[in-house]
Amino acid sequence: MTTTRLFGKAIKRKEDPALIAGTGRYVEDVRLPGELSAIFVRSPYARAGVNSIDTSAALEMPGVHAVYTIEDVRHLGSLLAQVPVGTLKPLLADGQIRHVGEAVAMVVGDDKYLARDAADAVEVDYDPMDAAVDLEDAATDRITVHDASNVIHTWEAGDSDGCAEAFGRDDVVVVERKMVNQRLIPVPIEPRAVLAEWNPGYGTVNLWSTTQIPHALAGAIATTFGLDANDVRVIAPEVGGGFGCKLNVYPDEILCTFASKMLGSPVRWTETRREAAVSTIQGRGWVATAKIAATREGDIVAYELAGLADMGAYSQNFTIAIPVLGQFTAPGQYDIPNVHFKIDCVYTNTPPTDAYRGAGRPEAAYYLERSVDALAADLDMDPAELRRRNYVKPEDFPFTTKVGMVMDSGQYAATLDRLLEMADVQGLRAEQTEAREKGRYLGIGLTTYVENCGLAPSAMFEGGFSWAGYGLPSAFNESATVRANPDGSVTVVTGTGPTGQGHETTWAQIASDTLGVPFDRVKVRHGDTHDSPMGIGTFGSRSAAVGGPAVARAAGRVQEKAARIAAHMLEAAAEDIRFEDGKAFVAGSPEQSVDWDNLVATAYQQYQLPEGLEAGLEDVAFFDPTNATWPYGAHMAVVEVDPETGDVELLRYLAVDDCGTVINPMIVAGQVQGGIAQGIGQAMFEEAVYDEQGSLLTSSLADYPIPTAADMPSFEMDMTVTPTDANPLGVKGIGEAGTIGSAQTIVAAVLDALRPLGVETIDMPLRPKRVWQAIQDVGQGGEG
Amino acid sequence: MYPRSFEYVAPATIDEALTVLADNEGAKVLAGGMSLLPLMKLRLLSPELVVDIGRIPGLDQIEDKGDHISIGALVRHNQVASSELIQQHATALAQAASWTGDVQVRNRGTLCGSMAHADVAADQPAAVIALGATMVVKSSGGSREIAAGDFVVDVMTSALEPDEILVEIKLPKRGGGSAYDKLGRRGGHSDYAVAGASAWVRRENGRIADASVALTGVGTKPMLAHGVIEAIQGADATDDAIAAAADRAAEGVTVLEDLYGSVEYKTHLAKVFARRALSQALAAAS
Repeated sequence: MTTTRLFGKAIKRKEDPALIAGTGRYVEDVRLPGELSAIFVRSPYARAGVNSIDTSAALEMPGVHAVYTIEDVRHLGSLLAQVPVGTLKPLLADGQIRHVGEAVAMVVGDDKYLARDAADAVEVDYDPMDAAVDLEDAATDRITVHDASNVIHTWEAGDSDGCAEAFGRDDVVVVERKMVNQRLIPVPIEPRAVLAEWNPGYGTVNLWSTTQIPHALAGAIATTFGLDANDVRVIAPEVGGGFGCKLNVYPDEILCTFASKMLGSPVRWTETRREAAVSTIQGRGWVATAKIAATREGDIVAYELAGLADMGAYSQNFTIAIPVLGQFTAPGQYDIPNVHFKIDCVYTNTPPTDAYRGAGRPEAAYYLERSVDALAADLDMDPAELRRRNYVKPEDFPFTTKVGMVMDSGQYAATLDRLLEMADVQGLRAEQTEAREKGRYLGIGLTTYVENCGLAPSAMFEGGFSWAGYGLPSAFNESATVRANPDGSVTVVTGTGPTGQGHETTWAQIASDTLGVPFDRVKVRHGDTHDSPMGIGTFGSRSAAVGGPAVARAAGRVQEKAARIAAHMLEAAAEDIRFEDGKAFVAGSPEQSVDWDNLVATAYQQYQLPEGLEAGLEDVAFFDPTNATWPYGAHMAVVEVDPETGDVELLRYLAVDDCGTVINPMIVAGQVQGGIAQGIGQAMFEEAVYDEQGSLLTSSLADYPIPTAADMPSFEMDMTVTPTDANPLGVKGIGEAGTIGSAQTIVAAVLDALRPLGVETIDMPLRPKRVWQAIQDVGQGGEG
Repeated sequence: MYPRSFEYVAPATIDEALTVLADNEGAKVLAGGMSLLPLMKLRLLSPELVVDIGRIPGLDQIEDKGDHISIGALVRHNQVASSELIQQHATALAQAASWTGDVQVRNRGTLCGSMAHADVAADQPAAVIALGATMVVKSSGGSREIAAGDFVVDVMTSALEPDEILVEIKLPKRGGGSAYDKLGRRGGHSDYAVAGASAWVRRENGRIADASVALTGVGTKPMLAHGVIEAIQGADATDDAIAAAADRAAEGVTVLEDLYGSVEYKTHLAKVFARRALSQALAAAS
């Protein structure tokens, strides 16, 4: 057995020196000779016919190489999608505009400035029409986005009749709330960027992109242009955040490749921040009603969530499937005998929605936890006790939920208890009572969540969430190559596509432990489809749970072979060989050892090896887990509300999360903190606001405030550890947990603060105007 | 976010800059660039010539001139916020500057630039107006002085002529106390003002001998709250008198709805912050 030395330790991230020093290499840092710049002409209207496009003035401008419209690229087909339900996006608008900012033409010029000038000179004759913007209005099909009903799919699970029966019981309390989980604009620090280089001599494509899914993008390029996969090389260098919005193939990636092919020069496009607000997918956008029932004692007997999810104007990669991720986690941590989930997927004349950190699960957690809180208020029960009473018990795992999922493990009450202990809830309640006597409104919000991550097993999704459209296998397994180089250094090549998650560090920890090689001598390579074996990508908190075990497995195989070589060199039995501190030695007699470097050098000399053993020391492994994993946690927020202005001050935020076994607690803490900040952003600041005609009113960061470090309190965090059996490492994943757990926690705290004023419900974001209005609406607000 | 092409010139003296401005219709002055450059990048403004006054020596000083404080055209928000002179004699302005933008913006942006830009929700104009400052404006033809209350004319429009540069702000040292308070778009004091007010108060024998209040974020421009001023002059220095005066905050103001508040809400906030600013100014004056 290998001694684990780095697994579980807070090792500083290998990634950070370059990122902090500004020497990290992003798509914009890659420069090719002769590259041209693309700029898109985008529609100012959400719904309009395109009567004509006059590109002549633009084409006459010096330095302009081409202006493309749909006529030039229609033969390439629509954008590909993982879930091709509904209408896929045309590469450029095809006679009809369906969302504001939809690209109508692409201008390619010597540089982006003159390409912008030329784009302004493209004359488009639009025929503007009334648009389907409001989600509930769109669901009536008063205005249809395409030539069919706007309601393109319905996700339904559970037992509608059972719920109806339970809601009708006369011994239960029923609480029903219609709530909005508003639409968000993902704002990674690095906007999307692409650089395409079609080499006519080699007949190959090199594509640098900010993608989270390099292999899928390579597959999409190959499929679209009729190339073999090995003709296409996608490189995702450093990527400055993705949060799901880079988990798509976008028209610009296809179009830059096309332009490069046509013009014989590399073509680059980088979205501007305002452009990103309409050219990249958005997240959330649900209007739904949650209904919950419990006995007077607090036993929850039924929970139903029914409503609409905004798909935007087209089905992009995973658009239609986002709500089903919410279905998977709809009952949360609770053992509820009757559950019903029904969400209609509705097209609107707005930019498409897709995965955004949490993707369906924050929405589900939001509705459920708001409902449980409302129930606690109605029952006059302590919110923590109501939750505890209804938790799935540790001994009930694996637990099959009423929406058909099998949850792996959890000790929900223990995690909750740890949070309550950290927070000193009784002290907080006393403080709250005292503050209320002085006319100050403190609020304490407590919620718990469960996440479903590491989508698995692959067979479950066969044909459903297929990657077949991209020319890829329909699978969700991950892969890793572990290679001992002749000098003894070790290279790990991963199929995952990190956008800041720290895989260079965590994968190195795993390999270093397994091989006994110093951490500094392990390098992790990622994001280059020519380097890495097939991998699906980094999203859905899946990398640790699916990619991590692949690294461990590949490293284990290398270790096995290394042991055979060491055994030969030391004249010992392979099963007695141990690896530690850069040495291989015989268990029980450490003086019988060989240096790792010496061992590896030997491995590359066929004539030094025992018969039957081939030279070289590397292996590739694939891993497909037996089940998804189910991280969970309990979060608490403490706020103070100024009832005169509606201003909310976040005083404390506490989180106890359980992501199973932890590879690197510092990275886990960072993921949780960033995730919480994003949830706080949704709760307090962020909302994509469209006017009646579908224009986006919040396309700049001046009008779309995102949380900054200065807005955050110092998070108080702890963890419990309940391993999963879905993978040999016991890890569950942590990338989205903070986001899934936090928005409703803030809302719970604000509603708790406002309870004496009679405010029972409110929709996000809790901007001061909305909090103030909620107070006015219950008629107790004063001019102070 | 890519501007149209433009010519650029960086004069060495203010006179040279004024001559260039006079000779080039449609030229714009660049100081800190925190307002002009975003407008250019959005192509909302495409000047043919940008006159960068950032290299002209001597404009970056805050000076005590005895009866007033002089603030030069290149004085940055951070200088204003951290100046002991301004903290002491113009507390409201130091507060407003400290809550403007973020550190990067405060290190680049200038007070004079913020005044010239005349954003409806900017922090510092309210303080400059309430403090009774005088704006010193130059052109190649000479110079003139404009009272701060008359300087901001309309939505993002100042009294500056195209060939003029705001070269200096004179803050009178007239005693009393001042304060600025606001609700930021991001809550607390963070970000542009949803609504804010600045007040200056001089107190004598338990009464408010003299006072001024200016609002920001509420209407079409940062402006004096004439109703409040009328009500508070000579009033008792009591909470009730302040609240009654503050109730007149929205008088004569065309309150504008935006993403951050309805007319009703902003009207309410104008009163709240007029009251809070007055109370704080009074406390500082005591």
